[in-house]
Amino acid sequence: MKYVIAIIRPERLEEVKHELQKVEVNRLTVSSASGYGEQKGHLEVYRSLELEVNLLEKLRLDIAVNDDFLQPTIEAIKRGAKTNTGCIGDGKIFVLPLEDVIRIRTGETGSDAI
Amino acid sequence: MAIEAADTAWVLISSALVLLMLPGLALFYGGMVRRKNVLSSMMHSFVAMGIIAVEWVIIGYSLAFGTGNWFIGGLEHVFLRGVDLYSVSGTIPTYAFIAFQGMFAVITPALISGAVVGRIKFKSYIAFITLWSLIVYAPVCHWVWGGGFLTGEALDFAGGTVVHITSGISALTILIFLGRRKGYGTDSIRPHNITLTLLGTGLLWFGWFGFNAGSALAADEIAALAFMTTFVAPAAAGLAWMAIEWFRTGKPTALGFATGILAGLVGITPAAGFVTPMAAIIIGAAAGSICYGAVVLKGKLGYDDSLDVFGVHGVGGITGALLTGVFASVGGTGLLLGNSHQLLIQFEGVAITILYAIACTIIIGFVIDKTMGVKIDENAENIGLDRTQHGEAAYNI
Repeated sequence: MKYVIAIIRPERLEEVKHELQKVEVNRLTVSSASGYGEQKGHLEVYRSLELEVNLLEKLRLDIAVNDDFLQPTIEAIKRGAKTNTGCIGDGKIFVLPLEDVIRIRTGETGSDAI
Repeated sequence: MAIEAADTAWVLISSALVLLMLPGLALFYGGMVRRKNVLSSMMHSFVAMGIIAVEWVIIGYSLAFGTGNWFIGGLEHVFLRGVDLYSVSGTIPTYAFIAFQGMFAVITPALISGAVVGRIKFKSYIAFITLWSLIVYAPVCHWVWGGGFLTGEALDFAGGTVVHITSGISALTILIFLGRRKGYGTDSIRPHNITLTLLGTGLLWFGWFGFNAGSALAADEIAALAFMTTFVAPAAAGLAWMAIEWFRTGKPTALGFATGILAGLVGITPAAGFVTPMAAIIIGAAAGSICYGAVVLKGKLGYDDSLDVFGVHGVGGITGALLTGVFASVGGTGLLLGNSHQLLIQFEGVAITILYAIACTIIIGFVIDKTMGVKIDENAENIGLDRTQHGEAAYNI
């Protein structure tokens, strides 16, 4: 089992969800995140004063998958989140080993619980 | 004179409208601070409704509107002595007059709070507005409206000098003791919820109809004129701000439009019942443009008047007071009607008020700083005033 964390542009969420559904990954946790990487920041204007905002709004996706679903999941996120504009800031995907999963209602564990 | 029912009703309604400006101001300022300081910022407006209302009845009213001398009112109305159910001021019961004027006394020190957000000790803020209301507001109110040396000389319909210049100048002056917020100019200190600020702008404008049109102290044609000018001047000011900003930075911001509206409200305040609606549009557009310039200049000079109390109320108040001396055509005449003397008097009133507000604010600030300290420590500033000064948080899961 693997634990996939993806940081994406907020405006790409619907597209990523769509792509994930196509490969039958039907579970997803989404949370608001802010941070910065190569993209650094952007300018906002408050009362005409320009302010460099270096914490950018992103979304964080958390998905636990069985091993055979890992590659389709990664490909789906890549298809959905990539802007094809060549601009930096499309995000990253992190893959972590996952020790166990427990479904609270039934007590099932491991692959069955995913 | 006999009591007129219509006048009384209008002044009572106007008084309530002016009180509504305080929650309006709380939202206006509260939206512009960070989430850790929003309750503290809103409390600055709310606590003024407590302190100054009581203070006004105990002594403030007497100092502002007692007979006294050229400088300050007497003590004959302390605890409202000498006022009873049947006392009359003009065509309204004196109680209605005291209530209406009391609302002005309440909002004026609260305006200052926009400059000190995020770093002032709450108890020091309370001490400051309590003393400031007695030492700065009451005398200047007496000068202009209460029988002092500017009464009948300077034209100040609803408080450009009494309310906005005093508060705007004092807001800038108190920064001597407070300095900047930690991280000003380096960290991204952003407004946490501009929707609150827009709602506050709406409530301020709504309340301002009572502030300006109520200042006619009658339900008459002057009230209607002041209502009209209060309608169009902020509109022109918001448009002026938006146009300049759009041209300079490429985007018309909501916060900019709201700030422009406020600048127009401030600018038309001294002129409201003295100028035509067309002149009001010019005054509004001027106030919006000049206040925009003042706010840009702040960014270049680097002082942290956090929510631009000086840039909007100080500069807007001065602009309005001087332009009243240019455009006055109803109940007074200004430069355009050949009365250059009026502009001179306006200038004199502005200059004296500025110097007086600076001097008194330095003294009050110095005394409070030496006795209880004005600024909170750095750790408390990092955590935020809501938790450190009030023990609560605005937003919870």
